[in-house]
Amino acid sequence: MHAMHTGKFSRADFTGGTLRGLTGFACVIIIAIVAVIVGNIVYHGIGNLSWEFLSEPPRKHFTEGGIFPAIFGTAALVILMTIAVIPLGVATAIYMHEYASKRSRVVHLVRLAIQNLAGVPAIVFGLFGVGFFIEFVGRGLDRGLYGGALVYGQPAILWAALTMALLTLPTVVVATEEALRAIPQGYREVAYSLGATKWQMIRKVVLPQAAGGILTGGILAVSRGSGEVAPVMFTGAAYALPDLPSRLNDQFMELGYHVYVMSTQAFDVEATKPALYSTVLVLLLLTFSLNFTAIMIRARIRRRLRNGR
Amino acid sequence: MRNSGLLSGGAELTTVPKAGQPGDAADKIAAGLIRGSAFIAIASLVLIFVFIGKEALPVLTSPEVKEEAGLSQLFLPQQNRAGDTTEFNWQPISDTPKYSLLPLFVGTLKVTVIAVLIAIPLAVAAALYTSEFAPSWVREVIKPCIEILAGIPSVVVGFFCLMVIASWLQAAFGWTFRLNAVTAGIGLSLAVIPIVYTVCEDAFSSVPHAFREGSIAMGASAWQTASRVVLPAAMPGVLAACILGFGRAIGETMIVLMASGNAAVISWSPADSVRTFSATIAAELGELVQGSPHYHVLFFIGAFLFVLTFIINLAGRWWVGRLQKKLQGAS
Amino acid sequence: MAAKLEVAANHQSYTRSIPGIRTEGLRVSYAGQAVLKGITLEAHQGEILSIIGPAGAGKTTYLRCLNRMLDMDPDWKISGSVLLHDQPVYAREIPVATLRRKVGMVFSVPITLPMSIYENLTFGMTMTRNGRNDRAAKIERALRQAYLWDEVKDRMQEPAGNLSGGQQQRLCLARALTLEPAVLLLDEPCSGLDPISTRRIEEALQQLKDSLTIVLVTNNVKQAARASDRTAFFLFGELIEVQDTEILFTTPGKKETADYISGRFG
Repeated sequence: MHAMHTGKFSRADFTGGTLRGLTGFACVIIIAIVAVIVGNIVYHGIGNLSWEFLSEPPRKHFTEGGIFPAIFGTAALVILMTIAVIPLGVATAIYMHEYASKRSRVVHLVRLAIQNLAGVPAIVFGLFGVGFFIEFVGRGLDRGLYGGALVYGQPAILWAALTMALLTLPTVVVATEEALRAIPQGYREVAYSLGATKWQMIRKVVLPQAAGGILTGGILAVSRGSGEVAPVMFTGAAYALPDLPSRLNDQFMELGYHVYVMSTQAFDVEATKPALYSTVLVLLLLTFSLNFTAIMIRARIRRRLRNGR
Repeated sequence: MRNSGLLSGGAELTTVPKAGQPGDAADKIAAGLIRGSAFIAIASLVLIFVFIGKEALPVLTSPEVKEEAGLSQLFLPQQNRAGDTTEFNWQPISDTPKYSLLPLFVGTLKVTVIAVLIAIPLAVAAALYTSEFAPSWVREVIKPCIEILAGIPSVVVGFFCLMVIASWLQAAFGWTFRLNAVTAGIGLSLAVIPIVYTVCEDAFSSVPHAFREGSIAMGASAWQTASRVVLPAAMPGVLAACILGFGRAIGETMIVLMASGNAAVISWSPADSVRTFSATIAAELGELVQGSPHYHVLFFIGAFLFVLTFIINLAGRWWVGRLQKKLQGAS
Repeated sequence: MAAKLEVAANHQSYTRSIPGIRTEGLRVSYAGQAVLKGITLEAHQGEILSIIGPAGAGKTTYLRCLNRMLDMDPDWKISGSVLLHDQPVYAREIPVATLRRKVGMVFSVPITLPMSIYENLTFGMTMTRNGRNDRAAKIERALRQAYLWDEVKDRMQEPAGNLSGGQQQRLCLARALTLEPAVLLLDEPCSGLDPISTRRIEEALQQLKDSLTIVLVTNNVKQAARASDRTAFFLFGELIEVQDTEILFTTPGKKETADYISGRFG
């Protein structure tokens, strides 16, 4: 088209071609980076990956055996976190959207704060976890219930789970509110006009419709919960534990924390390298599949909304 | 079809007792639980603000803490032991603890600048290409790639930096320190790219088609339209993306913890090891004595990070909101 | 008392003496802005009262006061009284949910819940302690009253969204009727419907008016003229006049009414 201006290849075309080329090259670089990272991890990690690796505890300073305790610990952490975060997060979103006045300034501020809390660094949550949960609440419990003995005033899976729950709370609240907002107001009016109380309306119309969005938020929270290390580093995660966590005040092993410690502090890097890569691969697969599931659910919901089901 | 039940509807209405309906008790219980849970959740989030601030405050107010780690120790040069020069040192664990924040500040700055210098051009360019020039198959590939990159846990990125990138750089440049600001900066850029890309791409997409059509109708080519029409129109969004990316870089912990060498030294060379604010908290949180000056200084740093990233996020979102309004008004 | 009224001789005279739903001095404002400025109006059993007026006149707001739908948003301020069978509707002792079953509503857009036809119809009934055995009978009766029974009786498990617009609106009508209300409020129920569906709904209302009080808000003056017994004209939140439909449309009392009906504004 620009050839119509001048009969020959002009300087403008050259710049245009360069711009197109450069920006396209940027895309290529990014795609290459992702390919290299994933490829490198898969290549070095897949060899060691086996059912034994996933189901057995480590032996000989992590050069043999498996990472089952880390998987178990991660799962336990995430389950506790979910028990705390889903009811609180969903209730908060329901309160803000269905119960509070739409013109309340306080609610508006709270919503703003929740949305921006997502950008606060994870280590700050870890700091809070240590300073508040362990030192303040934990020691307080110890003084009050156990006469000063060290029971809860130390790193424990309970505190790590609560810290993680605070970290992921905004994710759940935002996802639930998004789902609530997508429900046409007409449904609520119809329910009221047929004699529903507020809770009946929420239970029978709103929650079933919002279920998909809530599920998405939950899965994203779980994905973040299993991948973030900073919040659990000092609130409960540990490196080499003889037993699996069985009580709320036990410490636990965790996949991400395990990767961190193994890669920075293990004394025989070469020998532990295969196990390390495989652990990373497991962590990667876990977060990928969770994210993928959440994306699929979200896409299905969007498609259904567009078709006006 | 006369139904006498309806005629006597009035009488029914007043004789129905208030709590007699099946829904009422459940309604009250549910409302109570929901309000209560929301209150707990919101109070917890407020608690984070309050608690961190409270534990950071002694740096400014408590005389014992101020003696060892007051504002002057944090920001001004201190006399060294021999008494002959002044210097900035971060050495909280030693006989004479030193709490100068300057080495940490320099470290954070170096790493963040490197990360942002790499990430922003790449991400903005890629977003521009995706939204203006790319054939649809490229779009189908790059968007999932960005999602994958965003989904990689930062400990994995740190691991990759530590294992692979550090070795490559060492082989290529032969630096003294294998783990330094460049290694960490490269890793950090991987965490920054997704957010800059996403916000930019959203911004470019929200430029109404009418703008592009008008430009092309006047004879401009695709790249002219992109650089002279779309980019300027979406500029608030691009700036917001940069700010949000910057905020992400400042707060990131695991990558720098694993790949930066963690040495609190002041040096302008990117090939030296560094220590950032976030990594400092992570590295020293395990050795804390509650109530010690060290404890309060770490909270001071944490409060600083909290406030800074919170404000950055607010600014970024506000800018994006302004962009939406501007473009919606025009379309 | 009900029995005595039932054997009264003249249909006209006794239905006029049974109050359906009425308002006295109803004032409504939203966020400081006055929407209704003192409406005293009564709808009787056995008649269809239509409310006409230009957009923004307060017709829908009026309707929503009658079944307390405005309660949903705390920014609405209401004073004056609303009485159903001489009982104040806004009294503390009245459970709102019960009131709304006695005063049913059909909205201007057919809003079927995202469920099957059967579930839409039983939705209201699932919230009361009504026996399940009654349900099938009530559903059939409501569907027949809405002239929809034959069209959906074999499709009850299908999603309600599969029905056409006119069918969906009749479903909404039937849904309200399953609760056997005393009053039926319709807010421009035929806007956007084809003429045949419109006529079906109007016929259904004619059959229902003997046992219910029906208040019909409509933007369509011609519909008010053909389908209602009395008509009220609202303008800027005030009741300008209310009169037997025939009289209102031939010899309206106020100039504004005449102007609106003849299309000089609206």
